Amino acid sequence: MNNQEEKQNQKQKEKVAKHYEDYAKQFTPKPKYFLNCLKAFIVGGLICVLALYIQNLLINRGLDEKTSGAFITVILICSAQFLTGIGVFDSIAKFAGAGVIVPITGFANSMVAPAIEYKKEGIVLGVGAKLFSLAGPVLVCGIFVSTIIGIVYYFII
Amino acid sequence: MEYLYAFLIGGIICIIGQIIMDTTKLTAPRILVLFVVSGAILTCLGLYEPIVNLAKNGATVPLPGFGYSLAKGAMEGASNDGFLGAITGAVKNTAAGITAAVAFGYLIAILFSPKSKR
Repeated sequence: MNNQEEKQNQKQKEKVAKHYEDYAKQFTPKPKYFLNCLKAFIVGGLICVLALYIQNLLINRGLDEKTSGAFITVILICSAQFLTGIGVFDSIAKFAGAGVIVPITGFANSMVAPAIEYKKEGIVLGVGAKLFSLAGPVLVCGIFVSTIIGIVYYFII
Repeated sequence: MEYLYAFLIGGIICIIGQIIMDTTKLTAPRILVLFVVSGAILTCLGLYEPIVNLAKNGATVPLPGFGYSLAKGAMEGASNDGFLGAITGAVKNTAAGITAAVAFGYLIAILFSPKSKR
């Protein structure tokens, strides 16, 4: 009899705990969403402003817009990959979230990060293959869609 | 003024990414694919070009900008060089970025060893 009561008591306690958890859950994640978005907004915006600043410097040196744009892409990719190599990018990504994932820096990071992890499997099948484990889908889908766009465009005009 | 627009548009695109990351269970590669493909489709519909004109790097640096240059290259190739241009244009327009990412990324991955996660 006593045992049964105890069991019921425990069940009730668990129920209360679960209810409290659900109740608390309603409140906790919301401010985090906002803070994450704010961080992503500021960091992502700053990367774009920095890119624009460097591009304007290059244009002032006499490069045309298309060439300087390509240079910006190369500079951003190389610096993101270097930061990934020395292990700093992960800490930045932890702070900024999508702020560094969505700009081209995230694409660069997604190539180097798995490649470094699989270094032990050799520089051909390890690094060489894993370089594309995340970036491959992006390139495949991007090139697939844009080629279809190009061909459709060719037949329309 | 153009710096302000670059900051705002670039930031807003990142917010969209952050919301997708937080509210759905999509993994990072799927989000990257989503952004590139939607950038390409928006360019094809003529909706992305005005954003690029307004915000410049604010629109070209985030991943939809990668889709934008892919699609734009394909469309320009189609109108300038015909059918072959439609096929070569996309990669031609992004060749600098892709080559830098592959070559420099390979170099970095060989030079550095994995860091233990803290």
